[in-house]
This record gives sequence, C-alpha cells and structure tokens, in this order.
Amino acid sequence: MSLTLTLATARRVLAQLRHDPRTVAMMVAVPTVLTILLRYVLNNPLALDRFAPAYIGVFPFVVMFIVAAITTQRERARGTLERLMAMPLGKLDLLAGYAIAFGLVACVQVTVVVVISLTWLGVTLPGSAVPMAVVAVLDAILGMAIGLFASAFARSEFQAVQFMPALVLPQALLCGLVVSRARMTPFLSWLSDVLPLSYAVDAMQRIGASAAWTSAISADVAVIAAFTAAALVGGALTLRRQTR
Amino acid sequence: MPLARRPEAWRYGGVPAADVTSTAGPVILARDLVVRRSERTILDRLTFGIARGQVTGLLGPSGCGKTTLLRTLVGVQRIAGGEVSLLGLPAGHPALRARVGYATQDPAVYTDLTLTENLRYFGTVLGLRGKRLAGAAARTIADLGLTGLEGRVTGTFSGGQLARVGLAVALLGSPDVLVLDEPTVGLDPVLRRDLWQMFHRLADTGVTLLVSSHVMDEAARCDNLLFMRDGRFLAEATPQQVLARTGGSDLEEAFLLLATHREREPLTGGDR
Repeated sequence: MSLTLTLATARRVLAQLRHDPRTVAMMVAVPTVLTILLRYVLNNPLALDRFAPAYIGVFPFVVMFIVAAITTQRERARGTLERLMAMPLGKLDLLAGYAIAFGLVACVQVTVVVVISLTWLGVTLPGSAVPMAVVAVLDAILGMAIGLFASAFARSEFQAVQFMPALVLPQALLCGLVVSRARMTPFLSWLSDVLPLSYAVDAMQRIGASAAWTSAISADVAVIAAFTAAALVGGALTLRRQTR
Repeated sequence: MPLARRPEAWRYGGVPAADVTSTAGPVILARDLVVRRSERTILDRLTFGIARGQVTGLLGPSGCGKTTLLRTLVGVQRIAGGEVSLLGLPAGHPALRARVGYATQDPAVYTDLTLTENLRYFGTVLGLRGKRLAGAAARTIADLGLTGLEGRVTGTFSGGQLARVGLAVALLGSPDVLVLDEPTVGLDPVLRRDLWQMFHRLADTGVTLLVSSHVMDEAARCDNLLFMRDGRFLAEATPQQVLARTGGSDLEEAFLLLATHREREPLTGGDR
C-alpha cells in the first residue's frame, strides 16, 4: 500500500466529482431534504426527537451505497479499472482512495443534515451533536464500503442500481426503523443481528436517547468499523488483476 | 499453399527458432501459450519471440484473439498453459507494470476529467512525481498533437482526440515495451502517418512495440508481422516475406489469402 497513490486516487475521485456539480449537490442535499420531509410527515416534536437520529444515520448510508456502487461499476465498464490493474497501483490504494474521497463528501453531507436538523427542524438531543455527526459519517462510509463491495458482483449498471432495493431495503426493514428489533420473531431478530445497518441505526438511536457516550454505543461503532473494514478487504479480494 | 502446412519456416522473421530460448534475445517471448475462456480455446499454443527495438504488427480478422493476446502480455488475462514473458519476467509480474505501456481499443481514460488531470493521475500511478511528471505530460501532449486541449474535459473530445489521450497514457511512463490495441482506429491519414513515424522513432531508441491493426497499409509500416486466425499464427515474417510467400500483389491480398486460405472455421470468441 502506498500513501501517495491512495491520496492521488482520492484526489482524482474528488476531481471527478468537482466536474459533476449536480451529483455533488444531490449527494449533499438528498439526506437533508429527506429529513425535512420526515419532520413534516411526523409533524410532532416528540416523535421527531425519537426518530430523527436513526434516519440521519440511514439517509447518507443509502446515498453513499448507490454512488459508490455505480462509480466502481463505471470504472469497470470504461476499462479504466483494467488499465489501473495493469499499472503499479495496489488494490487497497484504489479502495482506500475511494474511501477517503467519499468520506470527505460524507462529512459535508452529514454536517449539513445535522445543522439543519438541530436548528431549523428543532430536533433536540440529550447531549452534544458531535457524537451523532461522527457516527452518521461512519454510517455513510459503511454504506460506501458495502457499495464498493457489492459492485464487484454487478455485470452492468442496471444490476448495480438494483442492488439498492435488493441489499439496502431489506436492511432498512430489519434494522429497527419500522419495528423495534426486540419485537421481531427470533429468525428475523437473528437476521437483523447479522446485518450492518442494524448497528448503524442502533448507535444513532442510543445517541438520541442518552446524554453520555455509553459502552453500548462503543460496541455498535466497533461493529460498524469491522463491517466497513471487511467490506473494503472483500472489495480488494473481489477486484481481480486478471480475468479468467 | 505451403505456408499453413509448414508454419515453422515462417517463424521468428528469419531468426533461427533456437534463438528465442536465449535470455539475451527477444524482449517478448511466448512458448505454447494457451488461453481459454469458459472452456473455449482463444489462444492455441502460440510460440513466438519479438526482438528489442522492433515494431511488430499483429494482424488478423475480428475475433481471432488479437486483443486476448495483448491482454495476456500486459498481465490482465490469466493463461491456461505455456509460458509468456516480457523483459525476462513472466507477464503480469509486478515489476513489469511500470515498464509495459498498454493502450486498449477503447480509450479507457476518465472522460469526466481534463486531459491534464488524467495524465497527472496515471503518471502518479506510474511512479512519476513533480518535475518528471510535468515533463512527461508535456512531452506526450506534444507528441500526440493534443496541445491546447490540456484544460478541457476529455468527454468533450472528438473520437480521434480521445483515442490519442488513451495513447498518451500508454506512453506517459516511457515504457520499454508498448502494447497497443488498434491505436489508429478513427484517426485521419495525416495523424496515422505521424503516429507511425513516432512508433518508429520510439523503436529506434530501443522501445519494443506490438501493435494490432486491421488496416493493411499499416502492416507495410511494421518491421515484422504476426498473422493470426482462430487463436493460431498463420504466419510470422517481414512484410516482404509475406508478399513473397503468398504471391499476393500487396499486403491486402496477402491478408485475404492467409485469412481465407483454409475452409473457414467458426470464429472463436469475441475480440476480448
């Protein structure tokens, strides 16, 4: 692994985004617009305080998943991935470069949604906003890592787009947003336990409920980090220098 | 027609076959190279050697395995049998990645980046930094006639300009071996002539080039030719030898004689 090549890749991905301002605007705006929509759909300050943190964890996750999956699929389809694999670039340099670039976008994305939620939308938190913002960025990076990994299994952009409903919506149903995980049948509860988004949402719900950083939140964050690392390593393993 | 029945007489452009085994000899060397993709044999026991500082043309009908052979040389296609080496190292060896330049049929550059941004990124990946990177970028931009387009997003380029960006990336790291897959498709005759002059200038400095082509007037510009069909070599010789052996009046006719000589078998595989 080379730091220079990782940073060069991150810089290249950011340059690509800079040439596509509409995509950047959507990546930043969509989670915020959805949270504004949530505020008016619930239309109840108590319900908003209870549900907003979890959704602030999910919206950036979803946006990053799909952007990462499509970006890498495009890199395969255009032949730039094959060119890079014939050059002295490590697979982890490429993936870590993506992670840094999208991680920076996630910071902007989450800052905007958190600031607007706490000011205009009037979400009140028991403690500081910083833990919520940090975990929301980690959730977004998790979504990106899973998107990078999933794109290895897509042969076309059509398939990559379909991974959104196929892989993300089941997690959204099982992560405790719709029904509390404790009230699920044993099988669904077990399924929920092995899916990464459950921990992303769990951490955000705990932060929304407690003024202090608890060991349960640390455990959730550890699981999120482990899933992110596993998805990036899995992405590197499925990235082949040679076709069969 | 003797050439298909006795291909050995054609091999190595007149160099005795024993020479390909010596390490001081050919820069590119393949022995009984076999590539299969989903049970189909795309390359069927290819043996050849390419000497340093030569421009070798790889010719053959669409789907005959040209692109697969080039991809094998740059190490992105797994081989099923035999050996293939470049500069004394097996194809795909990490040490070769900065020394072998590769341009695919499609430009394979970032069409949402400017020319300069593309060259800066690929140059950094190739190990160029600072002044050397800027110098290499300026040199390839000038060599490929792309001056004035540096700050433009390559997605707005014409097909011919974009093809040259792909070539620029292949040339960027001053490689010892250049593997070019139909580099002149979509270019006008003046640009094609200029590019072939550049290929020979590079060869004169010791660069070894393998260039696939469909266009027969380009075959005449090569030092050596490899004629391929259905994953096998039909002939390996200089343009003059090909003309003499086939009795064709020009290379176009020689190509047709070679390509249609035996009863046509179903083509194996696509270009990839």
